[in-house]
Amino acid sequence: MQKHLLGLEGVPREEIELILKTAFSFKEILSRPIPKVPTLRGKTIVNLFFEPSTRTRISFELAEKRLSADTVNFSASGSSVQKGETLRDTIRNIEAMKMDMVVIRHSAAGAPHFLTRCIDAAVINAGDGRHEHPTQALLDMMTLQERVGKLEGLKVAIVGDILHSRVARSNIYGLQTMGAEVAICGPKTLIPVEADQWGVEIFYNIDDAIRWADALNVLRIQLERQRTGLFPSLREYAAHFGVTRARLEAAQKDLIIMHPGPINRGIEIENDLADSEFSVILNQVTNGVAVRMAVLYLKSGVTETLE
Amino acid sequence: MQTIKYQKPERLLIKNANYLDPAEGGPRQVDVLIENGTIVRVEHAIDGVDGAETIDGTGKLLTPGWLDMHVHFREPGREDEETVKSGCAAATAGGFTGACPMPNTEPAADTRGIIEYMIAEAKGTPVDVYPIAAATKGRKGRELSEMADLIEGGAVAFSDDGVAIATAEMARRAMEYASMFDVPIIEHCEEPSMTEGGAMNESAVSTRLGLPGMPGVAEDIIVARDILLTEITGARLHIAHISTARSVELVRQAKQRGLPVTCEVTPHHFTLTDEAVASYDANLKMNPPLRTQNDVDAIIEGLADGTIDVIATDHAPHSPEEKDVEFQAAPFGIIGLETALGLIMTQLVEPGHLRLEEALHKITLAPRNILRLPHPKLAVGQVANLTLFDPKHEWTVEASRFYSKSRNTPFLGWTLRGRVHAVINKGFLWVSPDV
Repeated sequence: MQKHLLGLEGVPREEIELILKTAFSFKEILSRPIPKVPTLRGKTIVNLFFEPSTRTRISFELAEKRLSADTVNFSASGSSVQKGETLRDTIRNIEAMKMDMVVIRHSAAGAPHFLTRCIDAAVINAGDGRHEHPTQALLDMMTLQERVGKLEGLKVAIVGDILHSRVARSNIYGLQTMGAEVAICGPKTLIPVEADQWGVEIFYNIDDAIRWADALNVLRIQLERQRTGLFPSLREYAAHFGVTRARLEAAQKDLIIMHPGPINRGIEIENDLADSEFSVILNQVTNGVAVRMAVLYLKSGVTETLE
Repeated sequence: MQTIKYQKPERLLIKNANYLDPAEGGPRQVDVLIENGTIVRVEHAIDGVDGAETIDGTGKLLTPGWLDMHVHFREPGREDEETVKSGCAAATAGGFTGACPMPNTEPAADTRGIIEYMIAEAKGTPVDVYPIAAATKGRKGRELSEMADLIEGGAVAFSDDGVAIATAEMARRAMEYASMFDVPIIEHCEEPSMTEGGAMNESAVSTRLGLPGMPGVAEDIIVARDILLTEITGARLHIAHISTARSVELVRQAKQRGLPVTCEVTPHHFTLTDEAVASYDANLKMNPPLRTQNDVDAIIEGLADGTIDVIATDHAPHSPEEKDVEFQAAPFGIIGLETALGLIMTQLVEPGHLRLEEALHKITLAPRNILRLPHPKLAVGQVANLTLFDPKHEWTVEASRFYSKSRNTPFLGWTLRGRVHAVINKGFLWVSPDV
């Protein structure tokens, strides 16, 4: 077990399996009348959010509370540099208050790696720039495993802005380690250079991706990318890459549809499809808490076994 | 950081040195007697000289003093990171008796006063400072700088380094105007619309690391633009810190067509690839960024076949508080003066990519030819401008041993071979306490 969770690249299969197995145990605990365990009592965890986040922050916070940890939230709009204090100083200050673990969300790729050089506490990456978002990929995998039974051989297509997506990168690494096949699909301008190094299928046509896949992970498309000239309009994106019921019916397939949220209804995914029988979007949110409990527990150094 | 001490010996005798001048070929064993900075005797054996400070050159190589035609001395503006004096100390320790500070100071070196100031600040050091002035006022790419006046003040070339001259039109005019004085335009080749927000080379590695990329083609486009402009302007063009295989090929073709195009490469661009960025250590962030193995191979080939004329360090000091941050937030650049020899020996000469005299050519004759500066000669009556070094001396790069004010380098902890023993110029002598 590695000390930190910085990403899923290079994380061995046994470790991912252990995290998922632990997450399923925690999910069972979460369904009890008192969904709380004393596992991390006395541990202090700081949630450092340098980028706006609602669901990831709440999910981590809830996971920490369910584990009986003490939690502190540090939110900063904009980067630490713009505030005049360096990330190193910020974190050294927080560490001086005796923190055991740090959960960090930052707009700069590699910021969690930088933190590991500044402090001794275990660092959990809650999303760094366009690099990785490992707990999101773990909860996506947990949701798929729950629905299908196994990840081995499963075909998962990630659709949308792959270039800027940390969710895509973590899913690619994690799913491939677990024996799944991965495809990416989106406008060529939103596929990063040399993406074929990942050994993924690349589709520029959503219907091809739907025909290929067992599950779709649909990413949020951000309007600001249009302004930087990467695609012409949301209208054109919706028409050519939007996931719709008509497209699924044309392919005559029962696909699993995932979305890391927040959803642009009517853009990357048709409004009612997000709430349909295909969708596991709310399961993802529920599993998010269980997966983050598993990660926090396994990285805490606490050896007490779960009941 | 170490404090440097220069001596000013009245009589200095160098014994048993192997003198290697890339302009002459083959080393010869000589003794050299220097009085008040001027060479007075060059003989096979000089003995019985009274009261002379003596340096034993046994096992070392004596060469004409070296010139680094691309450094940043940060003065005026960022004297906390480097000054002309501390930069000259770093140059001395690196074996360089000449250095060309780039004009991206604050304010930019676009007026004669700044040029004269830089030169004056180097007076008490063994280093000749030959400033490169801004090609356009404020390096903004809108109006030409006063080139004639700047040349009279001591500028030897023009560049908007840090950025390319902003538009093709302004690049054309700068080249036309500079060509009247037979001084080169030195171009930092980067098409800014393709690199905005970029932090590293755009490649398989940037895709993996999720860092915004700076594609190599952004360099190639400006290299191609400016090569085409030499054809209509007749100006001499020098490409700074070339880093891509395609740009090397463009320069090779330009030379084959007889165009007055030259180029330089930094030690880090022939040593490292973008794979090194995986640590997210900001000491691996520079502009141009570290490229791929394919580019490094092409650079080494270009060095060997003469396409790449010069090795220059792009010595770019930055304070620890600026560099010890998230990769994307850090400024570009690393220091290079004090590790240049070690990297040249360890990465180029020892593996057999370049013969020692070829490597020395790229830090002595070649840059001086481009800048029309005289090549130091080992002859009676000449100013003694010499570097004495041990090509085999093995050492470990340590921050505390630097003479630069800054320590931003990815080579800390590296074991290199080749270290400077002594530097002589302008009547000054510096002897390394570390060799």
